[in-house]
Amino acid sequence: MVHVSATPVLALRGVSKRFGAVQALTDVELEVHAGEVVALVGDNGAGKSTLVKTIAGVHPIDEGAIEWDGKAVSISRPHDAQALGIATVYQDLALCDNIDVVGNLFLGRELRKWGVLDEVEMERRSRELLTTLSIRIPSVRIPIASLSGGQRQTVAIARSMLGDPKLVILDEPTAALGVEQTAQVLDLVERLRERGHAVILISHNMADVKAVADKVAVLRLGRNNGVFEVKTTSQEEIISAITGATDNAVTRRAARTSSTNGEVSK
Amino acid sequence: MSLDKTSANLGKAPSGDEHVVENPEAAAAAVTAVDPRLLVREQGLLGYWSEFKRKMKAGELGSLPVVLGLAIICIIFQVLNSEFLSAQNISNITVTMVGTGMISVGIVFVLLLGEIDLSVGSVSGAASALAAVLTVNQGWPEWVAVLVAVAAGAAIGALHGFFFAVLGAPAFAVTLAGLLFWLGFMLKVLGEDGTINLDSEGLIGKLTTYTFTDVAAAYGLAVVVVALFFVSSFLGNRRREAAGVPSRPLSDTILRTGLLAVVSFAAAYMYNQYKGLPLATVIFLAFLVATDFVLRRTPYGRKIFALGGSVEASRRAGINVTAVRISVFAISGGFAAIGGLFLASKIASANQSAGTGDLLMNAIAAAVIGGTSLFGGRGRTWNALLGVLVIVSIQYGLQLESIAEPVKYMITAAVLLTTVVIDSITRKTQKTAGRA
Repeated sequence: MVHVSATPVLALRGVSKRFGAVQALTDVELEVHAGEVVALVGDNGAGKSTLVKTIAGVHPIDEGAIEWDGKAVSISRPHDAQALGIATVYQDLALCDNIDVVGNLFLGRELRKWGVLDEVEMERRSRELLTTLSIRIPSVRIPIASLSGGQRQTVAIARSMLGDPKLVILDEPTAALGVEQTAQVLDLVERLRERGHAVILISHNMADVKAVADKVAVLRLGRNNGVFEVKTTSQEEIISAITGATDNAVTRRAARTSSTNGEVSK
Repeated sequence: MSLDKTSANLGKAPSGDEHVVENPEAAAAAVTAVDPRLLVREQGLLGYWSEFKRKMKAGELGSLPVVLGLAIICIIFQVLNSEFLSAQNISNITVTMVGTGMISVGIVFVLLLGEIDLSVGSVSGAASALAAVLTVNQGWPEWVAVLVAVAAGAAIGALHGFFFAVLGAPAFAVTLAGLLFWLGFMLKVLGEDGTINLDSEGLIGKLTTYTFTDVAAAYGLAVVVVALFFVSSFLGNRRREAAGVPSRPLSDTILRTGLLAVVSFAAAYMYNQYKGLPLATVIFLAFLVATDFVLRRTPYGRKIFALGGSVEASRRAGINVTAVRISVFAISGGFAAIGGLFLASKIASANQSAGTGDLLMNAIAAAVIGGTSLFGGRGRTWNALLGVLVIVSIQYGLQLESIAEPVKYMITAAVLLTTVVIDSITRKTQKTAGRA
């Protein structure tokens, strides 16, 4: 059983965000504990990306409070979020194709020895990190260009782990991946949880959410639309929360197909 | 659950590529950072051959085409005229190439960003004119004039960089404007006479005429270079072994050192057959070693490569994109000025044709012929040496055959085109082999 601490690592209390005439977020509440994977779901335009960007410091919040380890903090720049221990892996991975895996992992925070790159130490730490996360890549000394999409995703996630963050935000980590690569990334998410990191996972894929998440927070039109325990909730309940009704396109389709199946079996 | 099993094995996971696994079952359970599909290089000489064949197939030609091309050029001209590979001719080639070669080093920096600097020819002319005016007309000490000229070149480059990096104007257009402006500046500075003769016994004059006539100098430098290379590789490998990351076997280090020794001592012998070791060549090699070190071993160099790979990724990694861009154009301008001083030294004067004609094209062609990618992120400053060797060798070979200027242009053009075609074809092969 995964141990969940009493005080959440991150808590959003009544967060609101406006862009001009658009109320992107209204009174949103969210709690993430250490060693917990919270899936953030919602239809396009529900405010997932905006919410993540407020946590990452890209868009400062207009109203409400952000609590970090139970204390109120203000996150107004990406730097503030990084300093707290929040790492974000965006959908476009932001890796340099021409630089090898070690170089990408340490890009912008290279280890130095007398002002010179300490390649040996960086390579040793990269191997250590990749081994701990059970990431398999052909070699840490090949350019990112020769890696597959899934391998690039795992490198990007591993990169976010270098600063030993308390909270990792993954924006659609499996969106462009095949079956095997998706499984690898989900394995990695589970390993982050085992190591006691808090994880926020944005995903459109209900199977992924059911597979790794502990809780599902649903956003609908910029508002909370329920937080569910994954174990005790059916996929249909989550989908109806996302679409906002029990009678929706998905359930109608499900009903239609089951009834046609019924006719066929007669 | 398989996950528990893997995490239980984390602690004792083997870390080396060449780790020999005796128990296949344990190997499957143990998790390494290395994919089992990775082709591990075989040991010994056979390993080099199979690795070489694999790289050729994958389109990782590296410097091979240009080295082969250089060999072919040498053979053709040697057959046509036995003077071509004489100590005198080679010595002259390696001195003449320094001016263009220095400018080309700056071009490599700019190409690594995926940008271009068209102003280097004019900037080199302007810098040499400035140095000539300061020493001859104003009576400044030569070393001060040299420093001022190089600083002016760097400042001019930084100015171009400012327009590009801060104001967002395309580097192509900014430096094209620079090409015209600094040409005008040079003509203005030189005044009505148009030519200022330099003291051939002065500092600038000696840049290309001075040679270390003592036989020991060339051999001594060769010994130092080979020894430094061996010691640094050896110690580097020891450190890697101690840290438990893959390292080169000793035989590999010895082989590389041996190759370097053959080349160094052959060059030293050849120089000693003529006038001795030329100062210009030593300075050029020193700059190549230094710039290569900066690019591949320092955080600053890593930033340049990162910008050449992905500007957005660099920005998110906290790299100051504007500062790096401006500094790279400053480096380009600085090397243009240094190259201009060597070119002026060669003809012992600063005149109105300095920095014009085919100089700009040769400097860019040298970087590209040497193997620097036009698309950013790939290249080394040693490319400038190889490329400029090819270009100047062709010039000298055709001169020996007394073939006129028009043909020289056409042949240099053919070499450049061949290189770019080879580059494009290998890039395609690399893409299919997943290396680009």
